[in-house]
Amino acid sequence: MSYARNLRCRECHREYPLAAIHVCEFCFGPLEVVYDYDAIRKVVSRERIEKGPASLWRYRDFLPCDAEQAIDIGAGFTPLIHAKNLGKVLGLPKLYLKNDTVNPTWSFKDRVVAVAATRARELGYEKLACASTGNLANSVSAHAAAAGMEAIVFIPHDLEANKQLGSSIYNPTLVKVRGNYDAVNRLCAELAGSHNWAFVNVNVRPYYSEGSKTLGFEVAEQLGWRAPDHCVVPIASGSLFVKIRKGFDELYKTGLIEEPKTRMSGAQAAGCSPVATAWKEGSMNFRPQRPNTIAKSLAIGNPADGYYSLVQLRDTNGACGCVTDEEIIQGMKLLAETEGIFAETAGGVTIASLKQLVEQGKIHPEETTVAFITGAGFKTVEPLAEALNPALEIDATMESFEEAYSALKPREAIA
Amino acid sequence: MSVRRVRFTFPEELIKEPLIYQLGHEFKVVTNVRMADVDEHTGWVVLELEGDAEEIERSIQWAQSKGVRIDPVVGDVVEG
Repeated sequence: MSYARNLRCRECHREYPLAAIHVCEFCFGPLEVVYDYDAIRKVVSRERIEKGPASLWRYRDFLPCDAEQAIDIGAGFTPLIHAKNLGKVLGLPKLYLKNDTVNPTWSFKDRVVAVAATRARELGYEKLACASTGNLANSVSAHAAAAGMEAIVFIPHDLEANKQLGSSIYNPTLVKVRGNYDAVNRLCAELAGSHNWAFVNVNVRPYYSEGSKTLGFEVAEQLGWRAPDHCVVPIASGSLFVKIRKGFDELYKTGLIEEPKTRMSGAQAAGCSPVATAWKEGSMNFRPQRPNTIAKSLAIGNPADGYYSLVQLRDTNGACGCVTDEEIIQGMKLLAETEGIFAETAGGVTIASLKQLVEQGKIHPEETTVAFITGAGFKTVEPLAEALNPALEIDATMESFEEAYSALKPREAIA
Repeated sequence: MSVRRVRFTFPEELIKEPLIYQLGHEFKVVTNVRMADVDEHTGWVVLELEGDAEEIERSIQWAQSKGVRIDPVVGDVVEG
């Protein structure tokens, strides 16, 4: 069973039944799931959660669907690593990394899609759909396959071959849409409104976005049932950024942790930075942008939760990093070379922003800080082609090896 | 008849233009402003456009040609 009670508009607070709807009919505000926290408090405990499965479903009491019927390919409960090496480089002795690259389809999207797919099937849908440039398409295709549902996945026509492959292997209906970014966006919004499909980030978005809370739950549990002092989170639609904090707040509401005082900081690429730009200008009104960055998984020019991200930055005394493509690549390399984690470009945005915020004095050395690494590096290898050291190619002789090895320059100090 | 919900974002140079009025005259489309925020530098308006689907699409193309940015009201649908 689920303790979800209804949907509520974030703007005007009108309430709606738990259906496949996502905007308020009156003010077009986004709808959010509301729970019966009194009922949750009566059943939930740290021990109950700790005895649960090693997946996001250990937090079943806080999710808007019946976990007994979960579409479960093993999403969630990923490692939280004390990043001593990177922390030493950045001067943050209490730095942790939440490594979500190890999810079943190698990104945090498995969390949101697991919840959306489960709820979609509960609502009677047989078809799961999305429009994506990569991670979301992979995850929807995989979850639909495991659930025996049909997947319809829309991608831009010029998407790189290896990104298509990550969806194609699960045999969805893959639709390549010709047109520029705006045109693809508008078409997909229209399709979502005209077909009786569960479009994961449109008509079932209120349930989908709840999956991101589990990152907050896990971090608090893995830190010994306490919220961190500071989080650095990549911002695309902004939903992940907002929901991680909601996760801490729900644990507090139900008596599982002390009151969280977590500062929430964002990370965006300069080539798609509607939130970072508004934040820098001191505005709560972001202007949509046309994305132009190597961090394609963050390339959302008109973020659905952009306004709420700005509110959260303000209310938690956060800050927002904004980094160039070159800094993103350096961030990916720094993470790999210090902690052995190969993140996609979004991870480069997070690490480069973390570094930037430390240099700006926005993150204090004594803070317990968690940076969220949301997707694996093999998804975005193209930008790295020119940035990495070449291999040594030698003849099969000792002499050849010694010659090549001794000619190597000593490794440059990191950072 | 169909209804489209869209968000128009106006650049600074178009803030003073009566574009929504002109759109309603140029095309057989009923414009219904549902939310808006306009200041001297920028502005956005959430609109319901009601009419024949092709006529709505033509009106959107026209507004775009004038320099208005047009997005789905729910934000970007294409995600990473």
